[in-house]
Amino acid sequence: MEAFLQQVLSGLATGGIYASVALALVMIYKATHLVNFAQGEMAMFSTYIAWQLITWGMPYWGAFFLAIAISFVGGVIIERTIIRPFEGHDAILAVITVFIGLLLILNSVAGWTWEYIIKVFPSPFPTKAFVGGALSGHQFGLLGVTLAMLALVFVFFRFTPLGLAMRAAAENPTSSRLVGINASWMLALGWGLASAIGAVAGMMVAPIVYLDPGMMGGILIYGFAGALFGGIDNPWGAVVGGFLVGVLENIMGVYVVGTELKLTVALVLIVGVLVAKPSGLFGKALVTRV
Amino acid sequence: MAAILEAKDLHAFYGPTHVLHGINFSVEPGGITTLLGANGAGKTTTLRALSGMVGTRGQIFFDGQAISGKATEAIVRYGIAHVPEGRGTIAGLTVEENLKVGAYTQKDKTKIGQDYERVYNYFPRLKERIKQQAGTLSGGEQQMLAVSRALMMRPRLLLLDEPSFGLAPLVVQDIFRILRTINRDEKVSMLLVEQNASQALAVADHAYLLETGRVVLSGTSEEIRNDDTVRRSYLGY
Repeated sequence: MEAFLQQVLSGLATGGIYASVALALVMIYKATHLVNFAQGEMAMFSTYIAWQLITWGMPYWGAFFLAIAISFVGGVIIERTIIRPFEGHDAILAVITVFIGLLLILNSVAGWTWEYIIKVFPSPFPTKAFVGGALSGHQFGLLGVTLAMLALVFVFFRFTPLGLAMRAAAENPTSSRLVGINASWMLALGWGLASAIGAVAGMMVAPIVYLDPGMMGGILIYGFAGALFGGIDNPWGAVVGGFLVGVLENIMGVYVVGTELKLTVALVLIVGVLVAKPSGLFGKALVTRV
Repeated sequence: MAAILEAKDLHAFYGPTHVLHGINFSVEPGGITTLLGANGAGKTTTLRALSGMVGTRGQIFFDGQAISGKATEAIVRYGIAHVPEGRGTIAGLTVEENLKVGAYTQKDKTKIGQDYERVYNYFPRLKERIKQQAGTLSGGEQQMLAVSRALMMRPRLLLLDEPSFGLAPLVVQDIFRILRTINRDEKVSMLLVEQNASQALAVADHAYLLETGRVVLSGTSEEIRNDDTVRRSYLGY
């Protein structure tokens, strides 16, 4: 029983990463109705930036926050330069192609700049165990950082005028512009925020999975599974879904399918949700009038 | 008296499609002007042209200032509030949040507070539904919300696109009565687009009749109502 609980807890810790990635995916999805396949590579790239800053001698937390800021600006720039030309067009395939192109470019540029050799990424947290040995110091710390970030994002969207304007613009750009909101820029800010959230996820997971250009591939799939499971159009559903997927992955990995087939669990979940309940646990079923 | 809104030789385009062919019209300060016409005559397009939502050519003056060619977000700041076709409810936000979004351009917190009371005063039904998701409101309530959201901007001119659309006759009467009150009490000028010609002529002082993107008739509501063609084609008696 104790071993089981330990698996649940450490599942929650990795689930925090998936929840962050899921939230970033949902933020872009709400505005574009498309899943940003490059989200994982954007997070990976942010993590490399943090690694570079630390290597240059910057203290961990300085590098952490600077990397978040750079990622935010980077996200805004990506939206303004390569996504904006497709704004308002019904060019779904074109935008997906752009996402995949972005994924490949970021992956290649990271590999070219920092080489494909696996690097150790430091953890800012003490190595001693927490919660009676159930969680490592890093898992405990990452859970804290993730929860703090999610709370911050929640407060921002719920209680600030800018957060409200961003929600309005994502949902109904036309009405938002008619009350004076610059909807186009709100989308860019959304990209910046998604990119910053991804950066936190990347930096928190890198000490566990190590740093290399392919590090976020599997995590994006888990995050996507979490987002779908909770409901791709519901940010808080997606966060819950991310945590659930983390726990599920751990339990299944230990007791049912073994470590090698863990990723399969996420893929089965993706297919299962899409077949059985595409709107997810907390999502709204999309109804289109024809 | 100089017009608060004046369009001169206004053309509008959806991509390459030419929809408005050089129309002229104006709205008197404090007045209600209505644009009448059948489906596809260009009524909605005219409002969209005024709000900078479609490509235009020609001139638009608001209170003497040229606003043609400006971005929608900028035009709003002159004091022009557009209640769009289909109400434009932001369905996922609550009633209160929709109103808060309406006050986006307003900076004075105390005035915003007064404005909530002001619109709840016109539409008490909304006050009972403050925390409700706007998408779950009835059609009439959504129209009230749309008008209220526009009022939160403290506009000097309201552009109303078919406020009667899809509503029961009693609800329509209710909404038009309140629009009239707002016009009288707050001196908000209105440009009203309607298919319901008799209802529109009853509240408006001036009217323009549009056909395939051109003004074919204009005058006071009285004159338009007594025009034989209008009576037969649009009023049905």
